[in-house]
Amino acid sequence: MDFSEKEYYLILFITGASPNSVRAISNIKSICEKYLKGNYILEIVDVYKSPEIAQKEQIVALPTLIKKKPEMERRLVGDMSETEKVMRGLGILS
Amino acid sequence: MSKKPKNSFKAEPISTLAKSPTGISGLDEITNGGLPLGRPTLVCGSAGCGKTLLSVEFIIRGALEFNEPGVFMTFEEKAQELSMNVASLGFDLDKLVRDKMIRVDHVHIERSEIEETGEYDLDGLFIRLGHAIDSIGAKRVALDTIENLFSGLSNQNILRAELRRLFQWLKDKGVTAIITGERGESSLTRQGLEEYVSDCVILLENRISNQISTRLLRIVKYRGSTHGTNEYPFLIDEDGISVLPVTSLQLDVHVSRDAVSSGIESLDKMLGGHGFFKGSSILVSGTAGTGKTSIASSFVDYNCQINKKCMYFAFEESPMQILRNMSSIGIDLSKHLKNGLLEFHASRPTIHGLEMHLVSIHKEIKRFKPDIVVLDPITNLITVGSVSEVKAMLIRLVDFLQNEKVTVMFTALALNNTLNEQTDEGISSLVDAWLLIRDIEFNGERNRGLYVMKSRGMGHSNQVREFIITDDGLKLVEVYLGPDGVLTGSAREAHILREQTGVALHGQAISRKDREISRKRRVLEAKIASLQTEFESAEEELNKVYIEEELKNQIMQQTRLELINKRKGRETLTEKQTKSRKTR
Repeated sequence: MDFSEKEYYLILFITGASPNSVRAISNIKSICEKYLKGNYILEIVDVYKSPEIAQKEQIVALPTLIKKKPEMERRLVGDMSETEKVMRGLGILS
Repeated sequence: MSKKPKNSFKAEPISTLAKSPTGISGLDEITNGGLPLGRPTLVCGSAGCGKTLLSVEFIIRGALEFNEPGVFMTFEEKAQELSMNVASLGFDLDKLVRDKMIRVDHVHIERSEIEETGEYDLDGLFIRLGHAIDSIGAKRVALDTIENLFSGLSNQNILRAELRRLFQWLKDKGVTAIITGERGESSLTRQGLEEYVSDCVILLENRISNQISTRLLRIVKYRGSTHGTNEYPFLIDEDGISVLPVTSLQLDVHVSRDAVSSGIESLDKMLGGHGFFKGSSILVSGTAGTGKTSIASSFVDYNCQINKKCMYFAFEESPMQILRNMSSIGIDLSKHLKNGLLEFHASRPTIHGLEMHLVSIHKEIKRFKPDIVVLDPITNLITVGSVSEVKAMLIRLVDFLQNEKVTVMFTALALNNTLNEQTDEGISSLVDAWLLIRDIEFNGERNRGLYVMKSRGMGHSNQVREFIITDDGLKLVEVYLGPDGVLTGSAREAHILREQTGVALHGQAISRKDREISRKRRVLEAKIASLQTEFESAEEELNKVYIEEELKNQIMQQTRLELINKRKGRETLTEKQTKSRKTR
């Protein structure tokens, strides 16, 4: 993947196939497709499968979306159902 | 009789709650063995009362003393800060982390960085914790302070539900956990939740009265176990936390008949010959400047000389002051300090609360194991507590010392002011022996009179003695009970002098009479001798007359016979007579 070209780099941490996780994946995907089409990379990490990453990335609540780029790092927790808040968090809306 | 069923009950114990010892001195005694094994314990209290330290000590001591790995999850301090903080207690946290005995995880949560966008749970935390536990096989877990989650996340409903789940999850994991929580306004914790889901709740408090703070620990609940219910003072110092258990004291200590000399021979005599009982408590009270410290020092000095360990808690003077002052009366305490038989602990009473004094005294005594302890003076403690508080503290101290078979001497300053007299009385019922030094004012001077007010279990003297401090130690002198009353000091000296002159004069008079008698005897003897000679001469005279008479008679008879013969002309008869005399 070429990180430098895309403006948005997002990592979504989930826990297996929990209802929150499933909802979060579909919500963030639809938001990204709608507003950032072609301009983003979305990584999805199952924390169950790599638990050591939870400490490294300071994960407490799940699901958590970390916006690594652009600008400063930002965290969004929850199932991403509140679209307005997600967009504000990603800096799409101000 | 009630002992038997108790014993048989103990012989076959029903499986009770297993416990995990904390290793924190005193806490395991109060909890009868430690925290509930495999269950969560809540430690709550307001800021700065030692919650974090308690949880860290639990983890570190678990790793060091019980070989149980532990996870410390901190929501406040960073791992680096934490290891610096515990380094001051002499623990090398980094090394324990390297040895995989402890894992520290700092959970950083900052509300401003987080946007909540719907439903979530705290699985991330669970996974982190689970991973940390599994990676080192931890048996102990500490979470400090869980409430920080509430400041970082806003959905109370989710958090409360997740918190409840966390406690259950910890139980399922089978780890012994300490969760710390901030004290709430009306409940033990801010959320009012943790105390209900924990199996054991320990409340820490930092109470301030009279500008002096005392740390207190109380076990609010402990499911499935008996525990001490009081507020226990605890101390945080360079060795970490030490709690002072106070309820385990019962009046069933073994007593000793061994004696401990007071160091003043004449005082020992007043006490029935041998001094105090070992393990007893002695109160020396008196007004200012009556020599209480001197008595205490001489007690210490003597017992150090016979290789007993002594500990001197000074609340008024510094050790240097005491050493200097005592050397002026011939008591050299510095040599005992040098060879380690004597230890001084000087502190102003106001340095901390009464309970803290008690805790620190406990600690020092447990460490040094002295035979003799001196507290000089206990009345100064009143500045930090009320009379009843001081008494309560001293009761506990005396009980503790009795258990340890330590002989203790208290000094108490008595003023002619009601408050302090109360102390005397309050404490005097507690102690085994009470020496009272009282100023006897007479003849324009003050002298010290020492009374043995009480001495349990020994036939002690009821006499008052004059207590004299000389250049080479302390002495007790019998006072003079003259017609003018009790004589002390110079009056006593004067009396002695007067008596001595009396004796001298008397002796003089007697010898003069003796001389007169002998003179008279000599005169009489001379008289007798002269009479004797007079008698002899008279006798001689008389004898002379007598002999002369005899001689005269004889001669007269002879001449008469001769005359007769001559007259009768019988010469022959006389011849015959002489012849017959010859033949006879």
